Amino acid sequence: MTRIDAKFETLKQEGKKAFVAYVMAGDPDYETSREIVLGLPAAGVDVIELGVPFTDPMADGPTIQLAGQRALAGGQTLEKTLQIARDLRKIDDTTPIVLMGYYNPIYNRGVDTFLADAKEAGIDGLIVVDLPPEEDDELCIPAQKAGLNFIRLATPTTDDARLPKVLQNTSGFVYYVSITGITGAANAQATDVGPEVARIKASTDLPVIVGFGIKTPEASEAIASVADGAVVGSAIVERIARKDSPADVLKFVADLAEGAHRA
Amino acid sequence: MPDDLINSFMTGPDEKGRFGDFGGRFVSETLMPLILALEAEYERAKTDDSFWAEMDYLWKHYVGRPSPLYHAERLTERLGGAKVYMKRDELNHTGAHKINNVLGQILLARRMGKKRIIAETGAGQHGVATATVCAKFGLQCVVYMGKHDVERQAPNVFRMRLLGAEVIPVTSGRGTLKDAMNDALRDWVTNVRDTFYCIGTVAGPHPYPAMVRDFQSIIGKEAKEQMMEAEGRLPDTIIAAIGGGSNAMGLFYPFLDDKEVSIIGVEAGGRGVDEKMEHCASLTGGRPGVLHGNRTYLLQDDDGQILEGYSISAGLDYPGIGPEHSWLHEIGRAKYVSITDREALDAFQLCCETEGIIPALEPSHALAHVKKIAPGLPKDHIICMNMCGRGDKDIFTVAKHLGFDMSDTEGRDAD
Repeated sequence: MTRIDAKFETLKQEGKKAFVAYVMAGDPDYETSREIVLGLPAAGVDVIELGVPFTDPMADGPTIQLAGQRALAGGQTLEKTLQIARDLRKIDDTTPIVLMGYYNPIYNRGVDTFLADAKEAGIDGLIVVDLPPEEDDELCIPAQKAGLNFIRLATPTTDDARLPKVLQNTSGFVYYVSITGITGAANAQATDVGPEVARIKASTDLPVIVGFGIKTPEASEAIASVADGAVVGSAIVERIARKDSPADVLKFVADLAEGAHRA
Repeated sequence: MPDDLINSFMTGPDEKGRFGDFGGRFVSETLMPLILALEAEYERAKTDDSFWAEMDYLWKHYVGRPSPLYHAERLTERLGGAKVYMKRDELNHTGAHKINNVLGQILLARRMGKKRIIAETGAGQHGVATATVCAKFGLQCVVYMGKHDVERQAPNVFRMRLLGAEVIPVTSGRGTLKDAMNDALRDWVTNVRDTFYCIGTVAGPHPYPAMVRDFQSIIGKEAKEQMMEAEGRLPDTIIAAIGGGSNAMGLFYPFLDDKEVSIIGVEAGGRGVDEKMEHCASLTGGRPGVLHGNRTYLLQDDDGQILEGYSISAGLDYPGIGPEHSWLHEIGRAKYVSITDREALDAFQLCCETEGIIPALEPSHALAHVKKIAPGLPKDHIICMNMCGRGDKDIFTVAKHLGFDMSDTEGRDAD
């Protein structure tokens, strides 16, 4: 059982929906980013998605693209991203950390080395956008063997015929992408998302969390009410981009978390 | 010819879209169903005679194929060694090999009922070819082009707009060809249901590398027949320039199992292949990684971040290379070399002066390697190089490098 499994077990017992927050590691700089991440559990975040910067984030909108560029310009590396996780683990041993990003920085480090390092740093799961089930041998299977959850994205284009393949090697939770599009784009609509979540839940016992296009505490509540939880990324990153203080960013995160927890 | 399929270099990719360890389908889940649908449609089209009949008709009457195989006599004489032939794909409609592939993909898009076509372009040749074929078939066309390339390739931007395409200058990342490809992929993820992504080179997720290669293979097929007709035998060496590598794959592929034919790919060496990384030589100066849907050789830093390439030629300015080239490189079936900006410019001028052909800067790289090796080879050694594009688009760039002031109507040297 990973920290992710344990967390969803606890939430289930409490009858609560999950709030998942995404921030880009190293954005706008290492120290500020570290301060924000270390404050997320106290702000009510149930699962932390820590973005791994990449030069070519082909599924991300401008907000996350620029966050990655700021982080890279500030000298962020995969090693420094793992260091933020290690630092969080010194003060918090229950909040799951999921690394989210693209395959090349991981492939470049070497899959086995990366998995050992990630495990040691206290990482619990991976979301790798450019690794569909067709490429499971690359990282998904080795990650599960190493005791890390591999969280898959399901999308509006994942039809019933394909869904079993997407769910097959998924663990931890299923991340439903609410729109066909990039991060931070259109607003997710609970009326569209609800039936899709139900469709996925009919095929899996895993929690289904919804992300992409959720920007406000109200949307967080609305989406969480038709799923097992909501993810907010771009809206938080925008606050960081406009140089809000870490305290202000965390206050906004707390409002979003409250929204999801009201659901 | 091979004794059996096991000895063939022409059986790739496998069912996972791999050429050895390279290639694959590294895309987001949103795109996966579409890529599988495209693969299925392509597999059907491949064995459909009516599909190829339409291709042949358009290649002949719209593109102007077959392109000539031309014995460059004065160049041969000047170099004083091997006998040099040029495969004249620069004579195609739109001035480059790009249209060979675009026609195939647009016919597939029509079969799939897609009405909106998107494309990425560097120098603008693939964008122009896509805009052209879209105009011919009355399809909506959106071309993503790096902001920097929009500025340095203004004539091609205007051509695309004349042809009715919308050209979107890409400012994400550093506004280069790879960023144009990122933005095209983002558009595709957003408009996945009605949009067809027409990729310009032998890269991207499976089935693109194989599909684009198959459409470009008309170059090699013709060259082979034409060489048999002209010389009664196959060439000893075939040479082509490589950015993503589609003109090269098109020439090379039909020759892969002719083991007596030596195959040379020429990458853009920019200002030199060294630690400064001011080049686009992915095979000579990069290492394997994953970008734009496939595993291949890439220019990247120690942390797996992709580096910007540099070349005088906008068409070679890409930090990756088609996965089949990576495989041919690793198994040693093809040899890959690099040529600097300076060497390409010298070859460009030599070609103008000796043959009356203004080549694009891309094939000038291939020509520069011909210039390097031909003098040391015997006179009965036959080289076939791919003249994959004409140089009209490059005269401004070349003028600048040669110190010629184009704004001066008297046409005096600037120095």
